[in-house]
Amino acid sequence: MRDFDIVIVGGGPAGMAAAISAREQGIENIVIFERDSELGGILNQCIHNGFGLRTFKEELTGPEYAERYADKVRDMNIPYETDTMVLDISKDRVVTILSRKRGVEEIRAKAVILAMGCRERPRGALNIPGFRPQGVYTAGTAQKLVNCEGYVPGKEVVILGSGDIGLIMARRMTLEGAHVAAVAELMPYSSGLKRNIVQCLDDFGIPLLLSHTVVDIKGKEKLEGVVIAEVDSTNTPIAGTEQFYPCDTLLLSCGLIPENELSKNCGITLDPRTNGPVVDEGLETDIDGVFACGNVLHVHDLVDFVSEESARAGESAAAFVKRGCTPDDTAAIKVVPKNGVRYTVPAEIHTSDLLGDVHIRFRVTGVFKDCSVVIKAGEEELVRRKNRILVPSEMLDIIIKKDKLAGVNCDITAEIEEV
Amino acid sequence: MTRDLICINCPMGCEMTVEVENGKVISVSGNTCKRGEIYAESEISNPTRTITTTVISAEGRPVPVKTAQPVPKDKISECTAAIKAAEIHLPVKVGQVIIDDLLGTGSQVTVTKTVQ
Ligand SMILES: Cc1cc2nc3c(=O)[nH]c(=O)nc-3n(C[C@H](O)[C@H](O)[C@H](O)COP(=O)(O)OP(=O)(O)OC[C@H]3O[C@@H](n4cnc5c(N)ncnc54)[C@H](O)[C@@H]3O)c2cc1C
Repeated sequence: MRDFDIVIVGGGPAGMAAAISAREQGIENIVIFERDSELGGILNQCIHNGFGLRTFKEELTGPEYAERYADKVRDMNIPYETDTMVLDISKDRVVTILSRKRGVEEIRAKAVILAMGCRERPRGALNIPGFRPQGVYTAGTAQKLVNCEGYVPGKEVVILGSGDIGLIMARRMTLEGAHVAAVAELMPYSSGLKRNIVQCLDDFGIPLLLSHTVVDIKGKEKLEGVVIAEVDSTNTPIAGTEQFYPCDTLLLSCGLIPENELSKNCGITLDPRTNGPVVDEGLETDIDGVFACGNVLHVHDLVDFVSEESARAGESAAAFVKRGCTPDDTAAIKVVPKNGVRYTVPAEIHTSDLLGDVHIRFRVTGVFKDCSVVIKAGEEELVRRKNRILVPSEMLDIIIKKDKLAGVNCDITAEIEEV
Repeated sequence: MTRDLICINCPMGCEMTVEVENGKVISVSGNTCKRGEIYAESEISNPTRTITTTVISAEGRPVPVKTAQPVPKDKISECTAAIKAAEIHLPVKVGQVIIDDLLGTGSQVTVTKTVQ
């Protein structure tokens, strides 16, 4: 049985950043397992620009960002095994992997870092009536086909969901010569970034239909078109508003779900709001020595946040290994999301032995203008930050200084105060 | 005349109001940084965009590329067609220039991924 100090599951930006930081902390015996044939994860298919402004102070495309990290992994001689799928992680950190070269193999790890990313909500999860014809894809699958395989799935396109991937694919399909008839969005606001609405839809005159959804899919063998209807405030389609859009391709961009099959089997407690593991400030799950970061922990819109968070997971895993794999038994306080805050990562903090300042990452439940994010321990305010606008599509990051938290021994709250 | 613009420089997406007179920007408000002002200026006088797309290599594999400098917005489709028509052979390295002056825009087209 091979032994490793730290096993990293997934070679996307999260896995790579975690590996680099663990190595910087002096841990030599690391390995990254990646089921794909190359490092980089989802970034390999995200050929658009908009990556790395925080990290590199320049705007890169996904593959460029990935390559910088992959080069660093290689420069530091961090071992990685591609075409290798992690099948199982046990509570005592025996990791079962499958590869063409070695078959099924069990490996012992002192610490494990989960960095498996996320996947898109497929049609099956959306309850759209109709047959299951060819021509219905998740936007991410279409992205992979176009950008990595060089194959354009169709000519006349409708997109359901205005998440960033859907918006970006509207532009991408247009540049590839397809016609995008419309992007339909169930909610009264887009879940994508405004800059993407401007440069992916407005630039090309593609209509964004807010409060609209696909109510029927026509065609049995091949997609022939979709019926789009307006919805009321309870998201119920309004009779009489149905419109038929002939199309050969329907792209679904209806949300991302962290990829946590492995975590569930390992017995890790998941947070129903993030669909990712419940973690403490060191990004450790409730299974000792198992850490999580990146999109498997909670869905990120900015890769820079993924890299930063994952570096912290690498650091905490290194600290766990260095202190002889003993769990942190000190008492933890809870971080409780309140008014307008949907969830927080971490969900709890061990205040007695902090490695550094604590990042509280969260999303809000709606659109808030001219408001403040307030973090309190009982009545005492730890942090207050003013914001002109907060939207559910953006992840926020508030830092609480280490010394502010040192003496705190009651639960803390995170909330939005409107003025 | 005023125009409402959304800055596309970063994920903040500042909603800006731009005062324009005779095609010239008089004032910009709503931006949270200098980049907003610069964007407003160019969006009014000469809107530009970065194009990212793929070129199919002679060996049949798609290679992702970008315009290293943004090109005029009204030339996006012409420019994209010209990029797609470029001939490239593997291997390519990230940063490699495949077109030096894209349709006279002065923009270079560079490879964004090392493909062996
Ligand atoms: C379409 C799209 C567009 C985006 N656009 C932007 C943008 O413009 N700007 C920006 O900053 N951010 C953007 N993001 C966000 C950012 O790219 C992601 O948040 C980030 O890439 C997530 O990194 P990750 O490492 O957590 O996950 P991933 O990149 O998904 O990596 C996870 C890796 O784990 C591997 N894996 C999974 N399960 C296993 C297993 N069992 N065994 C072995 N390997 C496994 C997968 O193959 C994959 O390589 C975008 C994201 C998407 C999806």
